[in-house]
Amino acid sequence: MAEKYILPSTTVAARMLGGEMMIMSATDSTFFALDSVATVIWQSADGHTPLSEIVAAKICAEFDVSLETAVRDAEQFVEDLARHGILLVSDQPIRFPAQPLGVQ
Amino acid sequence: MSLLAEMNQRALELGVPLSVQLDITYRCNERCVHCYLDHDDHGEMSVVEIKNVLMQLADAGVFFLTLSGGEVLMRRDFFDIVEFARRLQFNVKVKTNGVMIREAEAKRIRDLGVEQVQISVYSHRPEVHDAITKLPGSLRRTVEAIRFLRSQGLKVTIANVLLSANLRDYPGVIALAQELGVAYTLDPTITPKIDGDRSILQWRAEASVLGDLFHDPALVGDAEKFCAPPPPPDADVMEGYPCSAGHTSCYISPYGDVFPCVQFPLPSGNVRRQKFLEIWRHSAQLETVRSIRARDLTTCAACAHVGTCTRCPGLAYMEGSMLGPSTADCEKSFQRTGIPTANMLRRSSHATGGPLIQIQPAELPSVDAC
Repeated sequence: MAEKYILPSTTVAARMLGGEMMIMSATDSTFFALDSVATVIWQSADGHTPLSEIVAAKICAEFDVSLETAVRDAEQFVEDLARHGILLVSDQPIRFPAQPLGVQ
Repeated sequence: MSLLAEMNQRALELGVPLSVQLDITYRCNERCVHCYLDHDDHGEMSVVEIKNVLMQLADAGVFFLTLSGGEVLMRRDFFDIVEFARRLQFNVKVKTNGVMIREAEAKRIRDLGVEQVQISVYSHRPEVHDAITKLPGSLRRTVEAIRFLRSQGLKVTIANVLLSANLRDYPGVIALAQELGVAYTLDPTITPKIDGDRSILQWRAEASVLGDLFHDPALVGDAEKFCAPPPPPDADVMEGYPCSAGHTSCYISPYGDVFPCVQFPLPSGNVRRQKFLEIWRHSAQLETVRSIRARDLTTCAACAHVGTCTRCPGLAYMEGSMLGPSTADCEKSFQRTGIPTANMLRRSSHATGGPLIQIQPAELPSVDAC
């Protein structure tokens, strides 16, 4: 199966609150709250780390779940978020044009 | 409970400032007759200072960021600020009069992922709107801006402040909002100027007009339900707090001053001298605001409306005490339900010079109903 690469859409707002990620789409104002596992995936979505690598390193290492199950669930999760337009999913690494944050 | 309500509740429990309004300037290209601001620049924060504050707000957990003014586009670095805020993943709402928004600005606002834009419209008639803003041609420019924003697919809300000068125009503004495909909100609140000058309160709509508004289904939906008498307050109501000001939200002025709310001018710190989180967590003023429960209110705790009133603690503060009543909200509760508030009864007893007792034994000294 082809690797998946993921990156948050530039149209979303997101913030951690009490260990969960809160996300709102600027496109349609839909609001999402991610649980702790989904939050780890979201925070690791850098556009160039393969999803399977994120799952192996961050999910299986921290949560009691097999790699096969975790990858299947993660793929389902990212496809759901992609359908809502809040996560970009590609079978190629995604270039992120933004400059690093800093006070200029 | 909706996800958003759950988020608010969690923020309250964790002491997180979920929402902040940051005014980036008080300068404005309009001179609205009822405006509470002084439009001179007394040393507003630089873009570097604002970016620093935004990073602190993101670290503090702020999710909803409202950029307002003044007119935000009077700052040449407005888009730098929005871009920085969006890179910090705030949900950004912009309040503007729209006069400086053309197609290019609308596209930039869309590209930056601003969630919504709120635009002030006072009337559908240019002669009324422009007389209030004192800027000829402003209604035409504002409506054009709304069309540009809508053409980019942006969510726009028309904010219609109700004044004595535009009392009968709100149906026309509602029709305009419908034609433009945007949301509409009516606000009858006129506050004193930030320097304490109360002269602009002359522009407040007469109380009796509020009664008509509160019974208009076009504004309130089910008017019978909206205007129903308040249920008796229970223990939860008496342990409740008045609003989110200082609890999950606050306001920062262009000069870095922190207040519980834009309508609550209680100086609580300054981000030029202190870290935002230090102010948020340890300001004595904010701690006082947070400590107030409905049961502590001097007059309102005994009022039938205590559980349903829109009492603004900021307006109460401007009247003399953050524990006291906000007369403008008392008037709204009365006009909505026809039931006098405790504050109105107290004032009327004072006005007649006697206590609120219809029959009293002649030999006893009079008793002040307060």
